Amino acid sequence: MMESALVALPVILPLGLALVAWMGRRSPVVSRSILIAGTALILAAAVALFLAVRAAGGPLRLDLGGWERPVGITFKVDLLSALLVVVSATVAFAGALFAAGEIGRLLWAKGYGTFSFLLFTGIHGAFLTNDLFNLFVWFEVMLMSSFAMLVLGRRRHVFEGATQYVVINMVSSFFFLTGLGILYGKTGHLNLEEVAARLVASGSDPVILSSATLLLIAFGIKAGVFPLYFWLPPAYPNTGYATAAVFGGLLTKVGVYALFRVFGGAFGFLSGYTSGIFLLVGVATMIAGVLGAASQFHVRRILSFHIVSQIGYILLGLGLMTQGAIAAALFYTVHHIFVKTNLFLAAGAIASTGRTEDLAKLGGLLKATPLLAILFLIPALSLGGIPPLSGFFAKFLLIREAMREEAWIVTAIALLVGVVTLFSMTKIWSEAFWKDSPRKGGPLSLCRRSLLLLPVAFLGLLTLLIGLFPGSLISLADEAARQLLATNPATLSTSP
Amino acid sequence: METLAAILIGLLAGSGALLLLRGGLFRILLGLALLAQAANLLVFTAAGLGRGDTAIIAEGSETLPADHPDPLAQALVLTAIVISFGSLAFCLVLLKKTRARIGAAGVPALANTES
Repeated sequence: MMESALVALPVILPLGLALVAWMGRRSPVVSRSILIAGTALILAAAVALFLAVRAAGGPLRLDLGGWERPVGITFKVDLLSALLVVVSATVAFAGALFAAGEIGRLLWAKGYGTFSFLLFTGIHGAFLTNDLFNLFVWFEVMLMSSFAMLVLGRRRHVFEGATQYVVINMVSSFFFLTGLGILYGKTGHLNLEEVAARLVASGSDPVILSSATLLLIAFGIKAGVFPLYFWLPPAYPNTGYATAAVFGGLLTKVGVYALFRVFGGAFGFLSGYTSGIFLLVGVATMIAGVLGAASQFHVRRILSFHIVSQIGYILLGLGLMTQGAIAAALFYTVHHIFVKTNLFLAAGAIASTGRTEDLAKLGGLLKATPLLAILFLIPALSLGGIPPLSGFFAKFLLIREAMREEAWIVTAIALLVGVVTLFSMTKIWSEAFWKDSPRKGGPLSLCRRSLLLLPVAFLGLLTLLIGLFPGSLISLADEAARQLLATNPATLSTSP
Repeated sequence: METLAAILIGLLAGSGALLLLRGGLFRILLGLALLAQAANLLVFTAAGLGRGDTAIIAEGSETLPADHPDPLAQALVLTAIVISFGSLAFCLVLLKKTRARIGAAGVPALANTES
């Protein structure tokens, strides 16, 4: 009983807090407190759930409304879900701290806090559910709140990007719905475990393949993979700093999670068909993202293209489809969510200090705020894969697995993309921090906004900790990968 | 009956995609609406079509008659309709705002991502 309450908590808590935040939206002080205290509470619930899942040694389940599987909707929390909920709640907390320093009275009154909580309701629902249609609904909850958050500030350039973002996501929902409709027609089930059990019998029938392809496109759009990533770079850089950080860190990763859950689990037996696609798409995504970033001169636009290129790395895990590769990709995902959120927050601090995000106009920040310079350097070097930071182990694990599978071209490109990533990060460093400010009087000081550095330092510390003690996260990722692959019907049919 | 529905779904999805690609505020909205209808109809059809009848199990029997269409799929479609209608309403407001901000040229210029 206690455990099933824990399973529902990461979804129910933000949903309830959304209402509380709406009631307190008139006062910025109350709104700030609700957002910070609320996300801290969600984080505590997520950690409790994670510990319970670890203690149980297997997935925890909750049949919603007491309707048992296969009739009802089931939440199933394995180690992968629990881990990602903790990561997402951590990002929520860091984002709340930053938003407390950034967001003004007007935006609080418009319901910034409410939409933040609703966003996390959707994200956590998507991580916890084991039902395909329910996943669709959580996706929509998440998207609707993200639509609202994107345009809430009504910044100047946000509208072009937002239009593309909304339209492409509605198209993606179309693909998702058709894919799951076909699957339901074929198997008569939406629960992923029931679907997997039915798929063993049907084999790779063309109807199942078409459903898999439709779902692949739907999740691919949300994850931002080549060639479906074009909506991402215009949408993220023009919205608020805290919003962009949460979006950049988490939203595409929910798409990635869905790819892992479906194509590593229930559709895992199709790996003969999908692994080639994932390798090809992964490599193309890496290259397209990193080259796109190299040509940009706007801090958050550079970072947005790097989201795309990092997604490519993660997809390699699904392409290789061994337990080690999936584990490496999961490690990569956790590292990437922390580091990317951190970089976007640091970019927000850079932009509030220098009053611009154009690298040509920035400069002199090393003298103005040496602390920010150090705090930017940690995630930037981690993204480039410099030891002993988390990015080094993420890349190392993935590339080692690629070499084991003798995928030499993939290995070479993965290494090369790492170098170009480092080039982009040094570009930001030397333009924003090192060179003298091109304007007279130098950059403004951070004074009032020193609150902004707190979440950057918090996430930087996490990156350092993962880098210094990677062992526990590696073994966690390995166990999560084992549990995920155990839901693959191909392994179900071979093991008794 | 299913063949007819399949042709209809194809027509809806095809014209929806065409309208989306042509661009422009009204065409994008209409395109999205048609795509959503195609998806809904597909889920509806995938679970089987049958004569109109209530999905209530007759007294004395345990299940619905074998050829009865699956009522769960209809519940799914109902949810999907609500969701797509909500998204569409948001999209309408957003597109109108975009047009007011950056002029009519802004809406079809979806390919221009560099600004």
